[in-house]
Amino acid sequence: MATSITPAREDSPEAGELAPTRRGRYNVLTRYDRRVLMLMVGIPLLLEIIFIWWPTLSSILLSFTNYDGVGDVGPQNFVGLKNYQFMFSGYTLFWPAFFHNVIWLAWLAFIATPIGIFFAVLLDRELSGTAFYQSVFFLPVVLSLVIVGFIWELQFSPTEGFINNAFGLTKANNIIDWLGNPRINLFAILIAASWRHVGYIMVIYLSGLKSVDPTLREAAKVDGANEFRTFFRVIFPVMAPINTVVAVITTIEALRAFDIAFIVNQGKNGLELLSILITNNSISEASLVGFGSAIAVILLVISLGPIIVFLSRVMRTTS
Amino acid sequence: MGDSRGPKIAGSSERILIPGTGIELPVDFDLSRRDMLKIAGYGSLAAFIAACGGTTPTTTSGSVTAKGGSMSIGSYLSDAVPKKGLQDVVDAFTSANGGTKVKVNTVDHGTFQNTINNYLQATPEDIFTWFSGHRMRFFAKKGLAQPIDDVWNDVKSNFTEGFAASVKGDDGHVYAVPTSYYPWAIFYRKDVFTARNYKIPTNWDDFIKLCQQMKKDNLIPMAFADKDGWPAMGTFDILNLRMNGYDFHVGLCGGQQKWTDPKVANVFKKWAELTPYYSPAFAGLTWQEAAQQLRQKKAGMYLLGLFVSEQFVSGGNADDINQLDFFPFPDLGTQYDSEKALDAPIDVYMLAKKSPTLGTDSGQAKAFLEFMSKGSSQITYWKASPGAIPTANDADPSQYPALTKKAAQIVSGAKRITQFFDRDSRPDFSGPNAMQGFLLRYLSSPKQDTSSLQGQMQSFWDSLTPE
Amino acid sequence: MSAAAVRAPRIRPARVVLHGFLIAMAALWIFPLFWAIYSSLRPISDTIQHGYLSWPSNGLSLINYQTVWSQAELPYYYLNTLVIAVPAVVLTLLLASMVAFACTQFSWRFNLATLMIFTAGNLLPPQVIIVPLYRIYLATPIPVLGEIDIGKFAFPIFSDRGLLYDQYIGIMLIHIVFQTGFATFVLSNYMKTISKEITESAIVDGAHVLRIWWNIVLPLCRPALAAMATLLFTFIYNDFFWALILMSTGSKRPITSALNNLQGEFFVNNNLIAAGALLVAIPPILVYIFLQKQFIAGLTLGSTKG
Repeated sequence: MATSITPAREDSPEAGELAPTRRGRYNVLTRYDRRVLMLMVGIPLLLEIIFIWWPTLSSILLSFTNYDGVGDVGPQNFVGLKNYQFMFSGYTLFWPAFFHNVIWLAWLAFIATPIGIFFAVLLDRELSGTAFYQSVFFLPVVLSLVIVGFIWELQFSPTEGFINNAFGLTKANNIIDWLGNPRINLFAILIAASWRHVGYIMVIYLSGLKSVDPTLREAAKVDGANEFRTFFRVIFPVMAPINTVVAVITTIEALRAFDIAFIVNQGKNGLELLSILITNNSISEASLVGFGSAIAVILLVISLGPIIVFLSRVMRTTS
Repeated sequence: MGDSRGPKIAGSSERILIPGTGIELPVDFDLSRRDMLKIAGYGSLAAFIAACGGTTPTTTSGSVTAKGGSMSIGSYLSDAVPKKGLQDVVDAFTSANGGTKVKVNTVDHGTFQNTINNYLQATPEDIFTWFSGHRMRFFAKKGLAQPIDDVWNDVKSNFTEGFAASVKGDDGHVYAVPTSYYPWAIFYRKDVFTARNYKIPTNWDDFIKLCQQMKKDNLIPMAFADKDGWPAMGTFDILNLRMNGYDFHVGLCGGQQKWTDPKVANVFKKWAELTPYYSPAFAGLTWQEAAQQLRQKKAGMYLLGLFVSEQFVSGGNADDINQLDFFPFPDLGTQYDSEKALDAPIDVYMLAKKSPTLGTDSGQAKAFLEFMSKGSSQITYWKASPGAIPTANDADPSQYPALTKKAAQIVSGAKRITQFFDRDSRPDFSGPNAMQGFLLRYLSSPKQDTSSLQGQMQSFWDSLTPE
Repeated sequence: MSAAAVRAPRIRPARVVLHGFLIAMAALWIFPLFWAIYSSLRPISDTIQHGYLSWPSNGLSLINYQTVWSQAELPYYYLNTLVIAVPAVVLTLLLASMVAFACTQFSWRFNLATLMIFTAGNLLPPQVIIVPLYRIYLATPIPVLGEIDIGKFAFPIFSDRGLLYDQYIGIMLIHIVFQTGFATFVLSNYMKTISKEITESAIVDGAHVLRIWWNIVLPLCRPALAAMATLLFTFIYNDFFWALILMSTGSKRPITSALNNLQGEFFVNNNLIAAGALLVAIPPILVYIFLQKQFIAGLTLGSTKG
């Protein structure tokens, strides 16, 4: 995608891959240069390890304790697997939160992401006004999820919101409490989240489609394939790298879901999510850090799935 | 009632003075129940008495406070009316205390409470606003609050023994200055009741009948809002208190009674008789929005704390606040009606032990606490709003707004007083993903069989690390 | 209907259907924002009297914006965000470009591992690390070097309490660390397309690596850097979580985190909420209007941001 702005010597066969003469190259550098390079990588790496990976490791360790967040944590806090046992068998909110994340993922994967791809495919045809449509669908992407939450509260608010007013649903006997009814509020905030997600996916997919070799399409057309077949048989397979990216984004977004639910009602009453349970346990008046960390470990383990998928793709393209 | 003010202590443990009213009540108290009460908060007047048996460590006064300099307050008073009240008191303090510079850090009510643990451990302000009861003792026990026995020594003559007990930690030290309290009751607009000729209901049947009538009259009978999760606890408290009695309620909050008890099921059953009259879509409303329903005459009644009046003041129409009135929760026909128990939480100011500036500001901070202990300061604070009742003995009741006077009376009529569910029980049980969530789940279909819900409540309680 | 449109693109009626569909979807997409704007322009008295679904009887006004702007002291919150976001974006790009430069222009044994550490770090849910991070913030001493006062706004150098906690610099730092992962990934992808011969010949000419990085490689990366700067600014501006937990002074919070604070205090009705939300949304919308190309380029260059 970025190849349009590469420097002049693009014909060089090594461009984009590691140089073959490892040792030779390395020896050209002076000792000073090598030290500088070491620092260039080392300082950011150190920050990354101290502020991201060390806390991650600490969370894992804390999950085996009953630490209450006050003072120091020591061996007397060690409780083995107790937090995990309780989480899986005693804590009534773990499985609902887990399934809400699953529903979130399913919704994004089967509804929002396909809509985004569909929009991208439509806009990939050189229609007049493509730029306009693209701008409109893209607009929510720049907004924070907090603002998205506020904007949609104006739609969903029970007596003052647009939806209930427009459809005459504000009287006591037929009022729909979009954000307060635990059977529907998850879907209400999913609509809000999708408003942003669709544009995001569309933009990414569209850029991928633009880079597809047009001769592929021509060839398919010559073979008499219709648009539908062309997309699924020819374009979609060629887009494999982008498809992976889209899948990873969708999964990570579903696992990270937090802001809208937190804004709406602090993630209770049908809006429980793993990220919110972590926060409400660890960062609360009672500060159940040990237990909150156990939930964090579960979220971490699940997140490693898409992360590994993504990294293996990166590795494949790099080596 | 103003004639018998001033320091007065019930000599015998058989009688007690009601804070701020001068009314004496007979109480029976059994010291063996002390353990139970320890967990549930000095929630009752009886407990107030019991706790005054402890010795107060004494400090020589005189060098406690300091003038000039600076200090800071961490405040959850983020709504417009109380925020202005605090600012007024702070200004008065600054000019009275040699120009002490006061920095106020206002954080919204919800976030302040959720992050209080982190806040107190990190770099808190010198003074912070908080709640009495279990919630105060919780942080005292964790070593995050600074004892203020010296301040208390200077000001204790201005408080009844009941308040004295409410600010004591488990270790006998004093950790807070109580500055206001307020009852929970059923609020209504006088003009609406007059216009429609509604009568104040004194028993449950009349109450429900009134609800039905209001519904016919196209009013929302009971304003109700539970988006924030905690307001529903107020209804649970009062029903449980009146149906199962003070002792059972306190035991339930403290874990001695079981959530699976059929008595709890009865509370939920009774509650279900009331829920059909609630504001539509209440789980998506904030208490402020429900208060506006009452103010705008869309709703007839509202069970909430006295702070509901803030929304009547901030509405801008002076007549609104004059029309606001309340009546006590109707009798349910049980043996516990006579307790007249109700929630009357006490709000306090505390010193944050880990405040990085407390070392230098200690004198100023203590001067502020002493300032807040004066009736005149408390009246300054609440002049703009009748949202709570001053706690100081020398607060002049003739300066109270009418609603405040009446509120003081209803508390004095109660033989048993609780703080509020989330102040009487442990914080990890009353949070958003615990009791708040359980009550919301109940309210989503009140007619349900609650036995599985009660089972979950109990198993959640059992899972908590013993305190 | 859209299926028909897809099937036969060259027939005019199908085109019309396609346009009809897209116009309908576009209207649907823009509506929530339009509704927020409409609500924000109506005085509350008007909506109380006539309901939300009504035409304005006394015209539209900017009164809600005035109220929010002055009472909630929004300018200070914008400033809070600015103080955090601008240095954070610059430092993120510097750090990330250094790593990307070192890992793409030179071959080391741990190239790939390094890139993976950065990339994976950015994909973690923030809640996983928040509690230990908070502890680290409490334990990290930071020098107190006075503050710069601009009216009611005071910017401490570097801390006003000697810790990372509750400081602009603390929020800045976690953004830098978190976003460096993302920026490193994107920039290294970009730099891989730069021929290594440029670096090689510069080295042969005796240039130091710092000079190569600053004078040769960074200028070549200008488009990518511009795209990343736009994207990172928007990400940091929009973040809600870090400051919510790592900042305890309400008036120091960046604007997106402060929204919660403001909601109870000032945004007492839907019209004010709408006005407040839109005011907070203005900077990202400006980015959308003027820097849309860069923003999209940033997203698609990385295509990884979770």
